[in-house]
Amino acid sequence: MEGERVDAFFHSVRLDEEKCEGCINCVKRCPTQAIRVRNGKASIISELCIDCGECIRICPHHAKYAQADPFNIILNYKYRVALPAPTLYGQFNNLDDPDYVLSGLKNMGFDDVFEVSAAAELVSAATREMMNSGKLKKPVISSACPAVCRLIRIRFPKLIPNVLDLHSPMEEAGRLAREKAVRETGLSPEEIGVFFITPCPAKITAIKAPIRSEKSNVDGAIPIKLIYPVLLKQMEKLERPPERLKNSGIIGVSWAGSGGESAALMRDRYLAADGIENVINVLEELEDEKLNELDFIELNACSGGCVGGVLTVENPYVARARLQKLRQYMPVSCNRLEAGIPAQMHAEKQLEAYDVMRLADNLNDAMERLNRLNEIHARLPGLDCGVCGAPSCRSLAEDIVRGAATIEDCVFTAREEFEARGREGYIPAPFRKAEEEKHEGK
Amino acid sequence: MNSVNLHYEVPGDDFTRAGEASGKVKNTLKELGMPADLVRNVSIAMYEGEINMVIHAGGGEADIVIEPQHVAVTLTDHGPGIPDVSLAMKEGYSTAPDNVRNLGFGAGMGLPNMKKYADEMEIETQVDVGTTIRLGFHVPAAP
Repeated sequence: MEGERVDAFFHSVRLDEEKCEGCINCVKRCPTQAIRVRNGKASIISELCIDCGECIRICPHHAKYAQADPFNIILNYKYRVALPAPTLYGQFNNLDDPDYVLSGLKNMGFDDVFEVSAAAELVSAATREMMNSGKLKKPVISSACPAVCRLIRIRFPKLIPNVLDLHSPMEEAGRLAREKAVRETGLSPEEIGVFFITPCPAKITAIKAPIRSEKSNVDGAIPIKLIYPVLLKQMEKLERPPERLKNSGIIGVSWAGSGGESAALMRDRYLAADGIENVINVLEELEDEKLNELDFIELNACSGGCVGGVLTVENPYVARARLQKLRQYMPVSCNRLEAGIPAQMHAEKQLEAYDVMRLADNLNDAMERLNRLNEIHARLPGLDCGVCGAPSCRSLAEDIVRGAATIEDCVFTAREEFEARGREGYIPAPFRKAEEEKHEGK
Repeated sequence: MNSVNLHYEVPGDDFTRAGEASGKVKNTLKELGMPADLVRNVSIAMYEGEINMVIHAGGGEADIVIEPQHVAVTLTDHGPGIPDVSLAMKEGYSTAPDNVRNLGFGAGMGLPNMKKYADEMEIETQVDVGTTIRLGFHVPAAP
């Protein structure tokens, strides 16, 4: 990513301008109202985007994409390790042993594999230990979904102290994989390339622009859907039985679906919500202290959990059913913390709050803007049609007071303006009154 | 003086919409950049009042006046009124019907919670006429 600005608001979710038709599907779908259509093309408001990938999912023109690494990036390193997300195992029909997937990855050009589900078992163990200490602010919110962490820092900064102070399983897998490779090969850490096989763009963002550490333990991310066809061919060519590589059990593999992380805590008072709207609703209730009786809150931006990631190939529910079958004969867990929680498992830094909701820096200005916003909102038709490029009339009113739009962007108020000024102006057919229609017809 | 005035109708027949007005007020306070604790206090106290109006009074109205140093929430209904206010203020005392309790409401914490989270609270009530509750909140000085 040479020459590219990587900052607090780096995003892996991008727009292919050529493919964008300027429709409002993504504008309407975006859970943080981060997209507007400007000059006929969708444009993402950087501060508001949380890289959830919902726009990629919904775009009928495939104009939204995740900026990922090309596969040959692994060639930049002397020794390459793949970190498969447990979601990957759910993508294959009739898979009865993860070793086929792991061996397939090795045959694709990786020197070794390190299952993220193995690291997940350690994160589960560490979470149990921390929760048992009784020192955490409850309810504890999972830190595993990067889209949720980004959502919290812009929309629910008050909840930042509740977010679990542990790195995600991916980060932990990256650290352990590199340590293992250094031990086994004698190479320097920089010569080892560690790559996450990712179900979602939020993880790519978490690697390129981590918000809980200075630098990610992972060097790059390759989307599951990119690797899938090649991997499948490699798996078909494998000798049976494949090399014994797997090192995780039911607990680790279950992290792929919503509820898996919670179940591993061996506690009853938890809540697991998935799908970004549900996540937002739960965060609202948490913020209002309505869920204080709970110990743990697991939140996944995608429906079904990570199996619902937009960079996967299989339907999340099918993937989950397959994982249930796959884990049937697995041990409960294959990884434990031998000597307490290593310091590196803890996040280097707290999430940083970004107050993107406030209308102005000082209260008086904000109040003035809010009053203007409400006046403008009352003038707008309330259809939330999206023709102005904003997701709702309320959003357009907000854009106007922030100086990012004008009231004429609304076709209905523009028409009123034309009429009020007695000017002859072209009005698009859907917005003509009946008399004008007749007139046009003559 | 600069102020923001908001008005909401709270429908009495639709339980699924209870909490909508307090949710909007919460967002407004966030847009104004009000301190997180104040946002929580207003939003919880008003939520309790809103739910009360839905459960007991067949809905009502909420008027909010936001000023730089003060937030006032007035909840007005034309319901049955509260015959014994001091009893209603007791934690755990509730006259909520069973169907509402099944939803997890009716714990008898409505008025006590409003008192707990608001800095000022005034109840004006008359049996068979209605109830008006005025809640006041001090905005802490910016740090």
